[in-house]
Amino acid sequence: MSRPVTDGGREMIATKHPLDPMIRAERLPNIWCPGCGIGIVLAAYVNALTKSTKPHEKNVCISGIGCTGRIAGYLNLDTYHTTHGRAIPFATGMAVAKPDLEVFVIAGDGDISTIGGNHLIHAARRNVDINVIMVNNFNYGMTGGQHGATTPLNARTHTSPYGNVESPFNVPYLVSAAGASFVARWTALHVIQVTKAIKRMMEIKGFAFLEVLSPCPPTYGEYNGYPAALDMMKHFRERSVVDNGADLSTVSVATGADDRIVVGNFVDRKRPSYDELLTELQARTGKKSGALTEA
Amino acid sequence: MRRSGEVKVSATTTINKKNTSSGALKPGTYFMMGNFACVEAAIMAGCRFYAGYPITPSSEIFERACVRFPEVGGSAIEMEDEVASAAALIGASYAGSKAMTATSGPGFSLMMENIGLAFITEAPLVIVNVQRAGPSTGIPTLVGQGDMMQARWGSHGDLETIAYSPSSVQEFFDLTITAFNTAERFRTPVFVMADQVIGMMWERLKIPSIEGVEVLQRKVMDAKTRAKPFDYANDFIPMPIVGTGTNINVDSLTHDYRGYPSTDYTVSESMIGHLLGKIRRHAEEIWKWDGYLLDDAEELVVAYGSTARSALAAVKQARANGIKAGLLRLITPWPFPDAIIERYSRRVHNIVVPELNYGQIVHPVRENAQCPVIGINRAPGALMDPTTIVDALEVVAN
Amino acid sequence: MRSEIRITGLGGQGAITAGNILARAAVLYEGKEAVMTEGYSPYVTGGWSRADIVISTEPIDYPLVTKLDLLVTMYQEGLDLNLKMIKGNGAVIAEKQLVSFSGVTRKDLRMIPVPATSIAESLGRKIAANVVLVGSIAALVESVSIESLKKALADRFPKAIEFNLKALDAGYELASKATGEHMEEAKQVV
Repeated sequence: MSRPVTDGGREMIATKHPLDPMIRAERLPNIWCPGCGIGIVLAAYVNALTKSTKPHEKNVCISGIGCTGRIAGYLNLDTYHTTHGRAIPFATGMAVAKPDLEVFVIAGDGDISTIGGNHLIHAARRNVDINVIMVNNFNYGMTGGQHGATTPLNARTHTSPYGNVESPFNVPYLVSAAGASFVARWTALHVIQVTKAIKRMMEIKGFAFLEVLSPCPPTYGEYNGYPAALDMMKHFRERSVVDNGADLSTVSVATGADDRIVVGNFVDRKRPSYDELLTELQARTGKKSGALTEA
Repeated sequence: MRRSGEVKVSATTTINKKNTSSGALKPGTYFMMGNFACVEAAIMAGCRFYAGYPITPSSEIFERACVRFPEVGGSAIEMEDEVASAAALIGASYAGSKAMTATSGPGFSLMMENIGLAFITEAPLVIVNVQRAGPSTGIPTLVGQGDMMQARWGSHGDLETIAYSPSSVQEFFDLTITAFNTAERFRTPVFVMADQVIGMMWERLKIPSIEGVEVLQRKVMDAKTRAKPFDYANDFIPMPIVGTGTNINVDSLTHDYRGYPSTDYTVSESMIGHLLGKIRRHAEEIWKWDGYLLDDAEELVVAYGSTARSALAAVKQARANGIKAGLLRLITPWPFPDAIIERYSRRVHNIVVPELNYGQIVHPVRENAQCPVIGINRAPGALMDPTTIVDALEVVAN
Repeated sequence: MRSEIRITGLGGQGAITAGNILARAAVLYEGKEAVMTEGYSPYVTGGWSRADIVISTEPIDYPLVTKLDLLVTMYQEGLDLNLKMIKGNGAVIAEKQLVSFSGVTRKDLRMIPVPATSIAESLGRKIAANVVLVGSIAALVESVSIESLKKALADRFPKAIEFNLKALDAGYELASKATGEHMEEAKQVV
């Protein structure tokens, strides 16, 4: 997968990146803006994949629509770029039909928690054996910056020009209450922690959820005081508090200069996964036939 | 721990005494409800994945699937809505399963989004619509035929859809198997457009031995020969299955032969050309229709689904009244059998099209007929009385 | 030869099951064609339910009933509402305790009251009143024999078959006696 990079006809020295085999390098450059955190999540996922004990072909990445939705297409895996909000039910069908897969859904906050919010809570409730990484940049970036279910109260976007009048979801709290086996939140600044969390998600049997807060300089950043590429990253560095045992009811995210951002691996617990329960159900079926078999 | 059958029937299938080793019901004559027959057909066709959401009058399909699928090594799961059901089918389809769901109007509306995804990603699956009276919630327990155009045009963009319309319990069984085969052959979603009368009626059902049933297995892509996963020069492309090392991107965006998104006009043109063309070029192979007293017919009734039963009674009555009536029953409303309508329309004076809606299939009939075409349209909520059709035949014949 | 039968009752009385046994017997054990359709009032519990059965020696085109050869009812309204659907010289079987014929002005109908509930009760299970009525149907309907009904009943209730066969026989005998010398006449119309 090496790609010759030329600069005015002169071949440059670096023609290959160590992670090239894991990505579709021929599709680069990617579509993301300077300062965007999505590429960091992509790199963290790929780094975690290189440490995975699963055969490479058993790893699957499914995404929805939006900026983060483009992650799947850059990965040299079986990848699926689906419909807006529907990556989780798509993944549910795939994981149930083929339980030996390691299924990741990587999508944006609008995709996962707004249009797909219902699918999110139900997958967590069932404890489907899939992993969901939600990149939260507080707004709809690809469509030009509109507010969604994660946009902080009073934040300005193109559809909340006078300030957002909706309170955002506290997504880790929601997903934990719904029943997920694993729940974490980090920011795009926490590259090591994000990578470690992804590796842990691969080990979890059941629904694993990771929120990664990300800068979005040209839209959310522009209207809310973080216009330059590194502004939000600086904010993450200054205001993040690691608290693995945090009371999740208190970890709502806001992006005001004085707001704390609580991060950590909040939930890591054993609950029967959907997959295990379905397998058990199948074993039971042989012994006792159901009520409607009468032809 | 392989739970779901990947097209082939699982070796771990439970054998119970009334079933064959494959899990299908033993061959023989049964007295069965249409909705139940549909499930038995799906099992015989190799379907091992069902994702659904309960809705009248299709719920018996889901309920029976929840009993029968685990017995045959499959899974029947309940999703949070029909949007999720349809999405789950595509995931399961790409996991190698033959996948299905059943619904009725309101659920069919919710599925439209991912029907488009299945079409553009070329995922074979079967959606059964047991039609009820609409619009909106309508009358959940009573018959309608108001979703016929939705099956053709409901999902946005250019789609070419395939739909079967059964008129009896036996046909509901037979066409469900056919629908799976057609879905596999064309790598596309296929609809079985039943209705409340057919779904909930009990009738004779002959279940054939599985050896006598043609079950088409999916052409699966070999990881070693994956060069052109979306080879638009070829109507029938083997399907890349997840977890087999094909490393393919499957995209809801307009994509090129590699599966990569593209905004290039030539890519759009070739992809759409392929998606529509693979069905249009083979439409005649898909068409199914049935005729009754066509040879000397002067007045032709074109009908489908449960209304075709009313039409058959009407044609017999009209003959008794001295009208040379005949029935052309459309078994595949989509792709529309235009040449068949054109051929028969040249031999008759008039065509009447009875439907439990205010004019749907009558339109393509009129578009292709070379004779006057009259719609007989009634509100959904009751099966059409044969005398309504007889009356119309009397009018056109005189 | 096409005959149309409606069996109707209130929720829990087993009208649908009765219809299912009858139609199943026709299809599987008489080699005839039969269609059963179900109808329900909009209430989940407490409303009426009905099984409509069309039996024919020929393939059945229109699958619904239009003119009843026989109405079987287990509640008063079931008689009142469906009376006008019965063919001239048709027949009615009614649960004797629950349905009164006193208001019927039509003179052409053969009306057979069957104390199905008390028979079922005397056998030990009130719930089998519907099976008693199915037995009575066999006394009137030429298209389905009591032997075929017994087989269909065994399909439906493989575990409680002895008891159910008693109920079926009781209904059959009672209706046979009730029709008495009019038996042959009755069979002509149904």
